[in-house]
Amino acid sequence: MSTQTKSRGDYWFSLLTQGGEERCGQCASVRVADGDLDGQAARFIAVVPDADNHYPRAARGEVGLLEGWTLAQVVSEAVAADQNQTQKRAIVAIIDVPSQAYGRREEAFGIHQALAGAAGAYAAARLAGHPVIGLIVGKAMSGAFLAHGYQANRLIAFNDDGVMIHAMGKASAARITLRSVEALEKLAASIPPMAYDIGHYRSLGLLDQLLDIRDPQRATQQELALVRQTLATAIADSRQQGCGLENRLGADNRRSSALVRERMRAEW
Amino acid sequence: MREDLSFIELSARERARHLLDDGSFRELLGPFERITSPWLEPQGIVTQADDGMVVAKGTLNGQPAVVAAVEGAFQGGSMGEVSGAKMAAALELAAEDNRNGIPTQAVLLLETGGVRLQEANLGLAAIADIHAAIADLRRYTPVVGIIAGTVGCFGGMSIAAGLCSYLIVTREARLGLNGPQVIEQEAGIDEYDSRDRPFIWSMTGGEVRYRSGFADVEVEDALHQVRAAMLDCLARGVPGQHRSERYDYYLPKLTQFDSRQQADAAVVAQLFTREDRA
Repeated sequence: MSTQTKSRGDYWFSLLTQGGEERCGQCASVRVADGDLDGQAARFIAVVPDADNHYPRAARGEVGLLEGWTLAQVVSEAVAADQNQTQKRAIVAIIDVPSQAYGRREEAFGIHQALAGAAGAYAAARLAGHPVIGLIVGKAMSGAFLAHGYQANRLIAFNDDGVMIHAMGKASAARITLRSVEALEKLAASIPPMAYDIGHYRSLGLLDQLLDIRDPQRATQQELALVRQTLATAIADSRQQGCGLENRLGADNRRSSALVRERMRAEW
Repeated sequence: MREDLSFIELSARERARHLLDDGSFRELLGPFERITSPWLEPQGIVTQADDGMVVAKGTLNGQPAVVAAVEGAFQGGSMGEVSGAKMAAALELAAEDNRNGIPTQAVLLLETGGVRLQEANLGLAAIADIHAAIADLRRYTPVVGIIAGTVGCFGGMSIAAGLCSYLIVTREARLGLNGPQVIEQEAGIDEYDSRDRPFIWSMTGGEVRYRSGFADVEVEDALHQVRAAMLDCLARGVPGQHRSERYDYYLPKLTQFDSRQQADAAVVAQLFTREDRA
């Protein structure tokens, strides 16, 4: 099932939306299609590289000004379309975002606001009863992940070296914390939230599933079926459990997050 | 008399106390409870007993309210697991109050560099929870964000600011997604010179953010002005459309902009004049 695609995100978008109806007219770096999972309607959304991006700092799959606002648009559109439906369509964010866009135009024109548009739209979809699932097939970095995926009811990731979830790339994190990259890596080995590998991330309790995919750029039919089945199950679970994010709070490595809530409630 | 106090010079705790109605301030998870970050000590960093986050309940104009104030002086106001969870929990409980018929209002004081890199992924997760909680709560009551200065509001917390119903800034405030150093690191000094302060101010300073519509009110650094603006925003009620929902306004402008041009203050002013907004 190898195809010529621009990125892992683009590849998995194409695999999962075969036969679906792709939306046109928006910026080329955001792909959107309506399809189904196990007979349930789903809108699939991916941010993909676009070498000719109108804003060059977002050419490699970064979430920039147009991407943030376009995500807001295509998610809000689904919410509006399903307003009177008893069963809201699922929204599947296919996540492979190396970072937000770093640039002067981006800051000047309010990239923070564009990303707020996206995060707010995903949150609103979840609150309106749409199961929102994040499928992490590559990088899920920082502001880009906050805009595209982190508001999901459920997060599913591939168990693969190319999958990385983090607040900042190593070089920048080292510079900002006045450490060397080597020192940073050494610390990350003993401080789970600082680690760059998916195994440590899993220990934080934020993932619903970790899937073994032998080669995420060359999936077998069985692996595609596994991903589809996992998504369908996550959608069903989300419909049952309501629209909050409490399901992320159980891990021992995140026990302070639960403790703070417990004590705050007692004192409220 | 509180009229002449500088707001910026106040600590987070003092800011929260002065914003709430006189005598109504009650801190939750205060410093004596010592719920501190479990991740800093193993890295040889001295913790703070409140983890740099003050959450206080009280009243605003007699109505129930919660103020969550980031202490910019501790670790650059960065969001760790505990400090982030404190703000998220306060917002979550305020939303629950509103669902139960108690109209609890919320005010966020956002002096923060964003994620605390020493707690990286747990800071990021907490910020996602804060986004979720603002999006939930703002359906019932305005969530007012205040960026006074001088730390600024950056990273994932600038997205939180972008989700607020109303945003109040001083001229000394700064608001942007990426800190100048990180942009320079990632994009080069020609794109963004982190040491050129006037230039950075002209991109992300409170005044330009107000003029270009990314903030609703600009106030002087005076407690009574900040407080009056906050009460005014709360009195306006939930806006018909939040700024973060205005893709129909922003997308055409950004798409039509000739992006071969680099941005400067004049370009920003031209693209986002206040006059053409509803």
